[in-house]
Amino acid sequence: MKITSETERILRKLLTEQSLGALATSVQESPYVNLVAFAVSEDLRRIVFSTPRATRKFENLSTNHRAAMLVDSRSNSISDFHHAAAVTAIGPTDEITGAAYTKSRDLYVSRHPHLADFVDSPSSALFHLQVSIYILVRDFQRVDTITFDR
Amino acid sequence: MRTIISIGEITDEDKGRVGGKSFVSASLDSRGLKIPAGLCVTTDVYQRFIDEFGLRERIMMELSRKKLEDMRWEEIWDAALRIRTLFLKERIAPDLLRELIENLATAFGSRPVVVRSSAPGEDSELVSFAGLHDSFVNVSGAEAITEKIRLVWASLWSDRALLYRKELHLNVEESTIAVLIQELVLGEVSGVGFGRNPINDDQAVIEAVWGLNEGLVDGRVEPDRWILDRGSGRILSHIPARRSEAVFPGEQGTELRALEARLAEKAPLDGTGVESIFRMINPLEETLGSPPDFEWTLKDGELFVLQARPITTGRGEGDSEGKAWENPDRRPWYMSLQRNFDNLNVLRERIENEFIPEMEAETKRMAEVDMVQMTEDELLVEIESRERIRDRWNGIYWSEFIPFAHGIRLFGQVYNDAVRPDDPFEFMNLLDAGEAESLERNRMIEDLADIIRKNLVVKNRLEQGEEGGTSFERVLAEFMDKFGDLSCGVSQCTTGREGIISIASKMASSPPRPRRNAKTSDRLLQQYLAAFPEDQRQWATEVLELGQSSYRMRDEDNIHLARIEGQLLRALDENKRRHPGEENLPGILSKDAAGEKSQNHTTMKSQANGGKAERTEKLIVTPRQMVGQPASPGLARGPARVIKLTPDLSLVEAGEILVTDAIEPEMTFVVPLVAGIVERRGGMLIHGAIIAREYGLPCVTGIPDADKIIRDGEDITVDGFLGIVIIHNSR
Repeated sequence: MKITSETERILRKLLTEQSLGALATSVQESPYVNLVAFAVSEDLRRIVFSTPRATRKFENLSTNHRAAMLVDSRSNSISDFHHAAAVTAIGPTDEITGAAYTKSRDLYVSRHPHLADFVDSPSSALFHLQVSIYILVRDFQRVDTITFDR
Repeated sequence: MRTIISIGEITDEDKGRVGGKSFVSASLDSRGLKIPAGLCVTTDVYQRFIDEFGLRERIMMELSRKKLEDMRWEEIWDAALRIRTLFLKERIAPDLLRELIENLATAFGSRPVVVRSSAPGEDSELVSFAGLHDSFVNVSGAEAITEKIRLVWASLWSDRALLYRKELHLNVEESTIAVLIQELVLGEVSGVGFGRNPINDDQAVIEAVWGLNEGLVDGRVEPDRWILDRGSGRILSHIPARRSEAVFPGEQGTELRALEARLAEKAPLDGTGVESIFRMINPLEETLGSPPDFEWTLKDGELFVLQARPITTGRGEGDSEGKAWENPDRRPWYMSLQRNFDNLNVLRERIENEFIPEMEAETKRMAEVDMVQMTEDELLVEIESRERIRDRWNGIYWSEFIPFAHGIRLFGQVYNDAVRPDDPFEFMNLLDAGEAESLERNRMIEDLADIIRKNLVVKNRLEQGEEGGTSFERVLAEFMDKFGDLSCGVSQCTTGREGIISIASKMASSPPRPRRNAKTSDRLLQQYLAAFPEDQRQWATEVLELGQSSYRMRDEDNIHLARIEGQLLRALDENKRRHPGEENLPGILSKDAAGEKSQNHTTMKSQANGGKAERTEKLIVTPRQMVGQPASPGLARGPARVIKLTPDLSLVEAGEILVTDAIEPEMTFVVPLVAGIVERRGGMLIHGAIIAREYGLPCVTGIPDADKIIRDGEDITVDGFLGIVIIHNSR
């Protein structure tokens, strides 16, 4: 029987209902954050996103594989303070190539059908963030860490 | 859009924003029934008020610290008090204030009014919020009325209202409220009527008192009662009251006064009067669509309907007898927690002069019994007798001591209304006029520590396991004479002098921890009394004294109850001594474990089920930052000392953060040693919070499973300002 905790329910809801996340990359002393469309794998262990190869984030990820992504449910209204939740996923990233590409590409496109041309473009790369840890914040101040039973 | 509407102008379209009470009044008015003139401040005005400066979100943030269904009723009390302070302190936007003042001044001038809640959805046939929200009788002047409107708005978030909604699973976030303001009709006779007797469908009931009906509604004045045939209106019986007092208007508000002899001898209604009230039932029933529960008053021969609602079918009133706190539907119990000043004073008299002396005598009698000499049968009878005694006092604890705790709340509310402090719990600084027993015990341990601190010879002797010298031994003997040893009350007195010496020695290794400065209390007392006009200071002092007694009792009742429990444990231990290896008598200790459900009188829980992280199939969820109640301000970081079993108390070292399920008064001797406190049990008035404030220690309460989530020695921060606990280690 699958056990689903309240925490996992909130985490899964965030990652499956939100389309965009803020991806944080860094090289040397230069942090950089930008929005990316993403899709999450069923087991929540991988977050897939795409980027043109000529971008600063691609350049950063090519040098430093470690990244973090913030996904949140804010609506830019005052009720966010008690309603919204935010999760930061942290882990190494890799460009997806070879046999794994098609499956990950389909996951991404099924979540963002309007981005099929974008991801299929020869100038785009498909990445996944292999989540080591999630840090979930809700109820304004409540923080849980979520890791995987490996 | 009309946001303030006179009763005569209310239409069907306004139903959602004028609330149940206003809408019914308008319906009665349109049917030609006589009602006091008035107007409704709609829910739109309330919404404007809470949206203007972000009050709505502050309320929701306060209530989302924890799910309402996971909060203990004391935590809900605290949240309600914080929210009430927000309402008291919040500005009313100038244009809104002007609109209110102009409308109120035009409608009422300086004539006295009644300010009542009128919440949408209240007073339906299935759900009655009768008495849940505040009403104010005899208020004069637009400014004064506006202040009462503010309080009626705040009462939407009172502990009772929140508990009620929690019980009915009503959506708290969508709650809103209108306010009905009507001219005060100074009736000579007032009362209530029931279109159908709740216990007999063929009957109607009319009750009447002299003066205003406020005393009848809140139970202070006994009414004359008539039972009538519902079909014909024939009087079937009249149950006269013992008429001695009645409620009349005071300068502001109302007063309970002795009744003149000529009125006391006479029923407030004659047959014709009863008949005229009965005749109102039909039109009321036609308006409401079901038999009414209504309030009326009679002035100069004219009969006014003050308010009317359908008789509620889902109130669960039948449960209010007996152990209401054990019923699945706790609404009657919640309602019973609301006690007024007079009622609390009666309770105080009984607790101080009857129950406490009786508990002391009972404990002394049991302590003097020599059980070693008893036969097996005698011991069994003694155990059963002690179990009955314990159960009896547990019952009294719930029915008398817990409601008496409302005395603290009453004082807090009076203090906050008068002083309007930034800290809604500032009033607690005035509560400990006398020294609570646990603080007295801590003071004596500090005396011992001080001797050790100042005298190296004593310190060395004690370290060698020798006696500490005359003065030390004298204070130690005095301590043991008064309190037994440190474990007395928690379990049996087993740690002996070594336990006390160990704690005193640890305390001696660091400077004494100062308690709150008495000067603060003096300044606050002056501030409190100065907030009242001269002629109300006596009353203000009496409310303070009531609060102080109630506060003292929060500590002492548990100590006395624990001593009675201790005597039962003593008998069980005698049985165990005779039958080593056997299980304890079935059914007795299991009741101790069941005591946990009481939440207030908890025994420490075993280490079983000490799960650290929540595991689902593949995910491991580990709390990193937990949110509870900010019970005592301050910030501290240090290693956690998790107390799960009584002996763990002896392990506490100076500078540690005490983490436990619930600090009982008997455990508080370790508090002067620690740097902060984290407790599973929530609330401002629990012992952990009280003693933390006393010593100026940061304290966060209401952290679910605190003693299971946090491990011994873990590096943690207690943020007593925000009510947050952070676990730092590698997470």
